[in-house]
Amino acid sequence: MASIVSRIRHSPPPKTQSAITESPWCRRLLIGIAVAFLIMFLFFPLIAVFYESLKQGIALYLSTFTDPDAIAAIQLTLIVAAIVVPLNTIFGIAVAWAITKFSFRGKSLLATVLDLPFAVSPVIAGLIFILVFSTTHGWFAPVLNETGIKVIFALPGIALATLFITLPFVARELIPIMQAQGKDEEYAALTLGAGGFRTFWRVTLPNVKWGLFYGIILCNARAMGEFGAVAVVSGNIKGLTSTMPLYIETLYMEYKTVPAFALASILTALALVTLIGKNFIEWRAARDSAS
Amino acid sequence: MSIQAHNITKTFGKFTALDNVSLHVPSGRLVSLLGPSGSGKTTLLRILAGLEFADPSSNSQILFHDQDVTATSAGKRGVGFVFQHYALFKHMTIEANIAFGLRSLARAGRPDDATINRRVNELLGLVQLDGLQKRYPSELSGGQRQRIALARALAVQPKVLLLDEPFGALDAKVRKDLRRWLRTFQEEIKITTVFVTHDQEEALELADEVVVMNNARVEQVGSPQQVYDDPASPFVIEFLGNVNRFSAITAGAVDSGSAADVIYVRPHDVDIQPASSKEHQYAIEARVQHVFSAGNYGRVALERILNREPFEAEISRARLRELDLKPGDLVSVVFRHVRLFPKGVYTESDVEGEQLVATATAAQ
Repeated sequence: MASIVSRIRHSPPPKTQSAITESPWCRRLLIGIAVAFLIMFLFFPLIAVFYESLKQGIALYLSTFTDPDAIAAIQLTLIVAAIVVPLNTIFGIAVAWAITKFSFRGKSLLATVLDLPFAVSPVIAGLIFILVFSTTHGWFAPVLNETGIKVIFALPGIALATLFITLPFVARELIPIMQAQGKDEEYAALTLGAGGFRTFWRVTLPNVKWGLFYGIILCNARAMGEFGAVAVVSGNIKGLTSTMPLYIETLYMEYKTVPAFALASILTALALVTLIGKNFIEWRAARDSAS
Repeated sequence: MSIQAHNITKTFGKFTALDNVSLHVPSGRLVSLLGPSGSGKTTLLRILAGLEFADPSSNSQILFHDQDVTATSAGKRGVGFVFQHYALFKHMTIEANIAFGLRSLARAGRPDDATINRRVNELLGLVQLDGLQKRYPSELSGGQRQRIALARALAVQPKVLLLDEPFGALDAKVRKDLRRWLRTFQEEIKITTVFVTHDQEEALELADEVVVMNNARVEQVGSPQQVYDDPASPFVIEFLGNVNRFSAITAGAVDSGSAADVIYVRPHDVDIQPASSKEHQYAIEARVQHVFSAGNYGRVALERILNREPFEAEISRARLRELDLKPGDLVSVVFRHVRLFPKGVYTESDVEGEQLVATATAAQ
């Protein structure tokens, strides 16, 4: 026995680790290409944003945030996110619930239509809302003119367009998780006498919480960063209907590089926080399912 | 608490899961719904639980102890349901899992925390898993999880216990231990229990009464011994235990007067004798194909000389040693019991049975 063990231990190590390995320099070439791409298209721009915004000193960087128009843009962006994210969270949970727990006619159609905002160009998404809510030629023009409600070139229009663009994020995260989990736990709660609300709150929601958080984070990032659809419906009125991405573009067009990059650095920081949050959630979810 | 189900029909689109099925479970009994997958057994169980509802019809009805629960929701029927894959609440401790039903009660009827705690501890003792209060389901083995699922179901003091393939996800050894445990457990607390299984051994060992289901219908209801020894249909005899089939033609054309197509012989009803022995005038000639001598008894695979029809015999190991069979040996075979459908059971001493074996032999 011992002799077999020692013989195995002394036998030369196998030359190749894996059957699908490539020659060393082919490997180096592939890794090199990947790294070069990452540096050129991801790291450089990222560093450029912070470098450009800070290159004329921290004082100038900070002065951007005293500009009333910049403050208005930041406020508007936060308000839009505060409206859109909760609504789409509720919608996402409802749709994911309907698709995974019930069977009904048109279910696969609903699942397909859910992806429409991903498939449609944001500009077109914006135009749709102009078509419907414009006060001159929109479908609801008479009603809007009579009541004096402004949708287009105002907050409601921006919120609607953002709502449309970020519609699928929460639902798309939840559907696969809910599908994998099946309905047994809900049925168990039902036979134990729990009502619908208690079952949802105590059984369904805790099971999908990490997926839900992730969906909300993505939804929020996109809601704050949306440009195309919002540009079409908002009219981009400085200080009134200009969100952060729109105002960054305005500043840049006016050759105000430092304030443009300073605002951009905030959106970029948001993206980085989102990525860190996503990784944290994935780590927690993996730990939860492992324990 | 007895269960009665009358005229239950359930269709899913074009598929009929249950076709006018009726069932009666006497109070305190352990009844098994046995059948292949797709036979409708799980659907029937879920309808009893109120997790599915039968197709609306004037005469379909479910009674728990003579009380109509046909339209009552699952939560109000007072059933304990145990799922094949446990369905424990993953993010809750064992304690919270077991207490879930009690905490779901309306405020007026809900016990206080101390009472709930005591009840949880009692139930953990009952399923012999004391001390696991603070653990999570993922930290438990499959057998432990299923016992926790049982404790959770029992916490609300159900009148009826329903188990859907409760041992299906467990490995063979644990499955055997757990089903013996369930048997004594059920005898102790005497709760009316219905469990679904596709494993005939499990059903025959565990149940007071077996309901054999096939193709959305009930084929036979009876004690394990009844359904095994006196199967009501070809399906039941083929589904329960091993059986050899001989087509009537090969058995020598039980001639025109008979309605039987197929003759069934259990392997343990096949007796092997040396070819030289002429002690039985109705013996059939066969050739030994294989001898399997591992196990509690010897199994011999045989081939009938007349038409090369394969069949199997089970004989004691002592008898196997005595015969000293090898592949290729010629032997003579006698059937102790023969079953014909729809005609009934025939033994050697039955005149018709003798004729059957005689004609079979004559045809060689």
